[in-house]
Amino acid sequence: MVQNASKISVSGLNFYYQKKQAIFDLNLKIHANSILSVFGPANSGITTLLRSFNRLCDLTPGAHMEGQILLDGKNIYAPDIIVTELRRKVGMVFDVPTPLPMSIFDNIAYGPRLSGMKSKKLLFQSVEEALKMAALWEDVKDRLSMPAASLSGGQQQRLCIARVLALKPEVILLDRPCSGLDPISTAKIEESLSHLKEKFTIVIAPHNVQQAGRISDRAAFMLMGHLIEEGPARAVFANPQDQRTNDYITGRFG
Amino acid sequence: MKKFKEKLSGRIFFIFALSSISVLALITVFIIVKGAPIIAKVGFFNFVFGMKWSPSQGEFGIFPMIIGSVSVTLGAAALGVPIGICCSIFLAEFAPAKMREFFRPAIQLLAGIPSVVYGFWGLLFIVPFIRNFFGGPGLSILAGAIILAIMTLPTIISISEVSLLALPRQYKEGALALGLNHWQTIWSVLLPAAKSGIVAAVILGIGRAVGETMAVIMVLGNAVAVPLSILDPVRTLTTNIGIEMGYASGEHQQALFATGIVLFVIIMLLNSFAQYITRKR
Repeated sequence: MVQNASKISVSGLNFYYQKKQAIFDLNLKIHANSILSVFGPANSGITTLLRSFNRLCDLTPGAHMEGQILLDGKNIYAPDIIVTELRRKVGMVFDVPTPLPMSIFDNIAYGPRLSGMKSKKLLFQSVEEALKMAALWEDVKDRLSMPAASLSGGQQQRLCIARVLALKPEVILLDRPCSGLDPISTAKIEESLSHLKEKFTIVIAPHNVQQAGRISDRAAFMLMGHLIEEGPARAVFANPQDQRTNDYITGRFG
Repeated sequence: MKKFKEKLSGRIFFIFALSSISVLALITVFIIVKGAPIIAKVGFFNFVFGMKWSPSQGEFGIFPMIIGSVSVTLGAAALGVPIGICCSIFLAEFAPAKMREFFRPAIQLLAGIPSVVYGFWGLLFIVPFIRNFFGGPGLSILAGAIILAIMTLPTIISISEVSLLALPRQYKEGALALGLNHWQTIWSVLLPAAKSGIVAAVILGIGRAVGETMAVIMVLGNAVAVPLSILDPVRTLTTNIGIEMGYASGEHQQALFATGIVLFVIIMLLNSFAQYITRKR
């Protein structure tokens, strides 16, 4: 895969919930095999932006959009796109861990099973691989048949990451994945993300500026539905071009 | 003075609250006092498993009626549960808001129709239909099961729908984000997660079917015999009481109260099972 090729490209995106506009004329290129942090105060349209990448926002009644979102040059809102396939390519991890009501193993094997993997051996392999990538294998390898709800919050969140990885996605969206977690679980997740970017394109809405600074290659600052500034993370944090970005990073508001 | 008023109003509400509980206690004591002697006299085993019900000759066996109640109820469940659950899935997941606004009150209305009207309707439409198309007298387990299935629908639908709608939004989104389609999401995530609520809905519905009297008196045929097919007439525990209480006296009357005890126990068991399941959640 070519480094720095743009994986997702957004142009002229306007997003509305009924009459209320949530995103204003947004243009953004997301590079492959990198971590992009989209940060900003609450209600800035960050979650909406992430959810528009895998068309999860289709579910909200009254939501509609204008503009284009291209994945590998292909419009994901084109009529011939199969939404379930798109969602397998663009995986998502939510702010609240969402284990499905089944065992740890089945939670992760569910995706591969759906795409037709039947052999027990292959399934076990992909579950193990996914759990290792999400740094959860050591915690759960002896109790794969336990219900996923029996895990701690941090483990559940890593389970959700593993579940997405098992689908062999191309892009992983993380919407404030560490907001309810303790610092140690957070560190573990950040650690695994930094390895994962070798294989995947990662877009994360971090839960604070510090996290954005720690993990990202590129950073984008959003405010009230507008993309204020986007660039290499180091540049954005050390030398923001926009006064508002500077105010937010230095903690003057938000 | 103010404090006194506070206390007084508290007491008054307590007395009203007590009155409803005490009615339950009174009824329980009453049917046990009235019915227990005959069970003691005939013997519990002979009463419950006795095949012959002929009060004038002192024979009090209610086994045919138990079979009647069980078969009609199972029939009602077999018809009503799938329809009810599918309907609740439709309302919770597929129906557009406008349609839901129409369906919900319509289903509630179904619960408000007096049971004697159901019975009358069954007698005029379902019984002749069964007689013409399946043979037999028409007055049958099948007729009762159809009527009861319709009567249990509101309970099953509204409670299952509520438990589906009460699921955290994240279940659905998490499943969809995995690339599951809508139906896979419902089948493998939403239904298992709402299982306890749906099971409770089914049990409460069945409880209603077991206790129903008026509607089934009119369509069951009321013969005291163990049925051999679903087209045979039967008598249930409730209809036995409903039919004979008017003229019964002495031991006969006691035996009807004893029938009531058996019914009471069955419904108590069903309801506490439903409560246990919903609470376990």
